[in-house]
Parts: sequence; C-alpha cells; structure tokens
Amino acid sequence: MNQQSATREASGGFWDHPILRSIKIRLHNVLTEIGQAFTLFFQTLFQIFRPPLQFDLLVKQLLLIGFNSLAVVMVSGFFTGMVLGVQGYIQLKPFAVEGSVARFVCVSIVKELGPMITAFVLAGRIGASITAELSTMKVTEQIDALEVMGTNPVKYLVVPRFLACSIMLPTLTIFSTFAGIAGGFTAVVTLFDVNGYFFLAEVQKNLFVGSVLISLIKATSFGMAIAAVGCYKGFSIPTAGGAEGVGTATTGSAVISLITILILDFVLNHILFNILGMV
Amino acid sequence: MLRRSSYRKDRSVSYVLNAENMISVKNITKNFGEKNVLNGLNLEIPRGETVVIMGRSGSGKSILLKIITGLISADSGEIWFDGTEISKLKTKKINVLRQKIGMLFQSAALFDSMTVAENVAFMLDQHTDYGNQEIRKIVDEKLELVDLEGVQELRPAELSGGMRKRVGLARALAFNPEVILYDEPTTGLDPVTCNEINQLIRDLHERLQVTSVVVTHDMHSAFSVATRMAMIHDGKQIAYGTPDEIINIDDPILQQFVLFGAPDQILNMENPILKEYLGREAELPPAKA
Repeated sequence: MNQQSATREASGGFWDHPILRSIKIRLHNVLTEIGQAFTLFFQTLFQIFRPPLQFDLLVKQLLLIGFNSLAVVMVSGFFTGMVLGVQGYIQLKPFAVEGSVARFVCVSIVKELGPMITAFVLAGRIGASITAELSTMKVTEQIDALEVMGTNPVKYLVVPRFLACSIMLPTLTIFSTFAGIAGGFTAVVTLFDVNGYFFLAEVQKNLFVGSVLISLIKATSFGMAIAAVGCYKGFSIPTAGGAEGVGTATTGSAVISLITILILDFVLNHILFNILGMV
Repeated sequence: MLRRSSYRKDRSVSYVLNAENMISVKNITKNFGEKNVLNGLNLEIPRGETVVIMGRSGSGKSILLKIITGLISADSGEIWFDGTEISKLKTKKINVLRQKIGMLFQSAALFDSMTVAENVAFMLDQHTDYGNQEIRKIVDEKLELVDLEGVQELRPAELSGGMRKRVGLARALAFNPEVILYDEPTTGLDPVTCNEINQLIRDLHERLQVTSVVVTHDMHSAFSVATRMAMIHDGKQIAYGTPDEIINIDDPILQQFVLFGAPDQILNMENPILKEYLGREAELPPAKA
C-alpha cells in the first residue's frame, strides 16, 4: 500500500493517469459550460426587468414559437392520448377496472405527458432553430455588429425568445392536453366498448385545478430550459466555428434540452408531489 | 517578489495623453490560451486621419479592432478613446462611446432577417426617438452617400459582395460616427469593386472629415487610402509613418509586404531601399504565422 502511494506520488498524483486526466478535463469543461449557461440565464432574467421591453420582437417570437408549432403539438398530443387509451384499456381489462381508463388517460396527460410531449416537440423544433439562428449570427459577426452598435445582444436576442418560450409552452400544453384527452376518448370509444358520456364524466371528475397548475408550472419551466439551452448553445460557438460549428451546436442543443427536460421533470415531480404535497 | 517588482514596473509607466489622438493604444497584450496574439502593442490614431494597420493573417489586426470597440478585453494595457480610458469602463458607458464609432465588418455582418433599409436604420431605431419619415430620409441619404439607391427593400442575400460592403458602410455611417473602423474592407471582392471601395473610403474621409482605421493586408488598398500606416508583426508595432515614410523604412518584414503587395506606381519609384530588397527577395526572413 505504502509502495503504491509512493509510486503515485512519484508519478505526480492521482489525476496523472491518462483516463483520469481526460475525465478531469471533461468534468472541468462540463462545469464551465453549466456555469456559463447559468450566467446567461441570470443575465436574461436581469435584462427582462430592464426597460424598454421590445414588444414587436416578443410578438414575432410568440407567433413563430406558438402559432407555427400549434398543429404539430396537437397532433403529437392526440396520438399520445390514443396510445394511452389503447394501452390503458388493454392493461386494465384483466383486472376488470377498464372503467378507470378515462382517469388513467386524464391524469397521465394532464400531469405528465401533456407538458412533456409539448416540451419534447418544442425542444426539437424551436430549441434547435434558436441555436441554429443565433450561432449563424455569431459566425457571421452579426452579434458583434449588434454590440458595436450599442445594443445588448442578450436583451435584443435572448429576452424575446426566453419570454416567448416561457409563455407559449404552457399555452401549447393546454392545447396538447385537450388533444391528448380527445385522442384517448376517440381511441377508447371507437375501438372498445366504452360509453363516451361515461368517459367524459370520469375526466371531469378527475380534472383538478391543482393538476392543471402542476402542468402549467412544469411547462413554464420546460419553456425556460429550452430557451436557455438554445440561446446558450447559439452564443457559445466561437466566431471561427463555421458551418460545422453551427451543426454541432444545433445537435448539442436538442440533446441537452431533452436531457434537461427529463431531469427538470424529475426534480419538479419531487418538489411538487413529495415536498409540497400537491395532488 | 518577482511578481511585486513587475507590478511596480507596470504601474510606474506614465503616458502623456496627446489630445490630437482620437485613439491611443498603450502596451496592449492579449493571449488566447498559450497563443500570444498582441504583445505590448502601442499605436496612435490621430484625429481626422486614415490610419491603415497592416500585418499578416493572424497577426492580431482584427483582434485589435475588437479590443478598441470593447468586444473583447485586453489582458493588460490601456485603450484611450477620445480622451477616455475605456478598458475598465462598464458596458453602459462603453455603449455610449460606441455611438461615436461606425464599424464595417469583414463579412459586412448585415442582419439577414432584415431588409437593407432596416439594417441601415437599426441604430436610429434602437437609440433615437426619430419617426419613420425621418429615419427613412436618413437611410436614403446614407445609401446615397455610398452610391446605392433603390435597394432599400432588398434582403442582404440578394446583394453582391460589393453591395453588401456598401450597405455595411451605410449602416456604420447612420449615426454620424466620429470614427469609422474598417475590418478588411476589400477582402473577397473583385479588383474593380476593391477600387470602388477604396475610392469610397477616400471620399468619405474627405467629405465627412472622420477618423478612419483600416485593417488590411491588401497593400493596393492600404496605399490607396492611407494618410498614415502602421505595421503589426508578432503582436507589436514594427513600423509607423506616412506612406512615403513607410516605403523608406529599412525593415525586412515591412519591405516584404511592400514588395509583394504594393501598387506598381510605388514599386517603380527609384527607391534605394526597395531596390536593395528587390534583388534579394529570397533572403527575407519569414514572418511568424
């Protein structure tokens, strides 16, 4: 043991092993990126409350993120609801509780899948597009040009996208939730022997204000995460990164957004259900 | 102990600020990782002059412009802009000073989501209370100044390289700057368009009496527009003077630039220094990349 530690000391310490050194460098890079992303996040929060808020830019982003994503979000929600309806009915029938399928669809969609599916769709569609747009602006010196002209790029580019994502995610979640319940209803009523009025009555019985609130809190958090990751990845590309850098940043943005959404979902579930005791 | 003595040495350096200078760069150093880009660079930009900064690709010319505009900060040294030391200023105050600067970027850096008119109007829209009519009038006036008319509603993607540079220049002029910074204004353009851009830089200098800083390695352009020239090599200034003085400085790295790039009318001069270097081009030491 003593000989081992002496050898380790002679070679210069614990981190001198090539694998450990590589892990150390990667860890350092990841922590640096997380730090920079949080710095941008707090700068964005600070800039939101600094007048003037440019409403024209916000409205443009609201339309781009919200209106243009409505159809894809509703279709995704509808089919997710249909799958839930079919699976729920098949799994519950052996226990003779297939009547609970409406409750199963409603609770799953409202509390979990509505915000999740919407966030996943928008992470791929909007998060990646934000990164591609901002990173292209970075490599073509447009962000430098903004700064030289005395305009804060965080205020001009990040704030409208961040606010639009934070507003449109919960809004779109409401639509995807309705589409999901409608999908479940359609699947169960048309494919199985379940009464439509009974299904709707069960949905009404299990739809609580608290559940909707949870859904909206989750969706708003996911929206903030998608915008923050998308903008950070767009801004973090070096000016000399070129087309390859834009591609790498865009892919990275989508992947990191999805992982962030999953982690955030777990953390929010723990806080909302376990700590705050919401139903 | 060593650190303390070097700190004292830095603090003891005193500069006499010359009011004639619009921009003064004092002892600037900048490193990117282990790469030393600027290494104690000093440079004076006199008010109302067109100073061309020459140097090989990667010599730190464009980085210097970014440091002057506050886009990146230097590791050490001072930047004086119109009597104010800007390297330690907060962003808000730098933004006020930036309104005195117009910059033409190497790629023109036009906002591709906006029309030409919106690009030129950007600063007016962001920093003034002018109405639409007034802004439109200024936009037309600035576009006319760079010999462009009828392109207001076009998108940057619909313009040629030369037109993009002109629009970039019109945008830089929109706020009536006191200083115009040109980053490689002729790069990527055909010879005719290069000549037009050079002519435009000279015209603007004469008509607007602005201070201009042109970063380039195009010697035709440099000799065409400069009232003063500076050569940067290995992160330091190695030569400074009027174009006539520059061709008479006996420095192999500088003369390599002049010989290989300067226009014929300068090379054909009966200049003993050029003549001497012309005979032994192969002996010139290579500049560090």
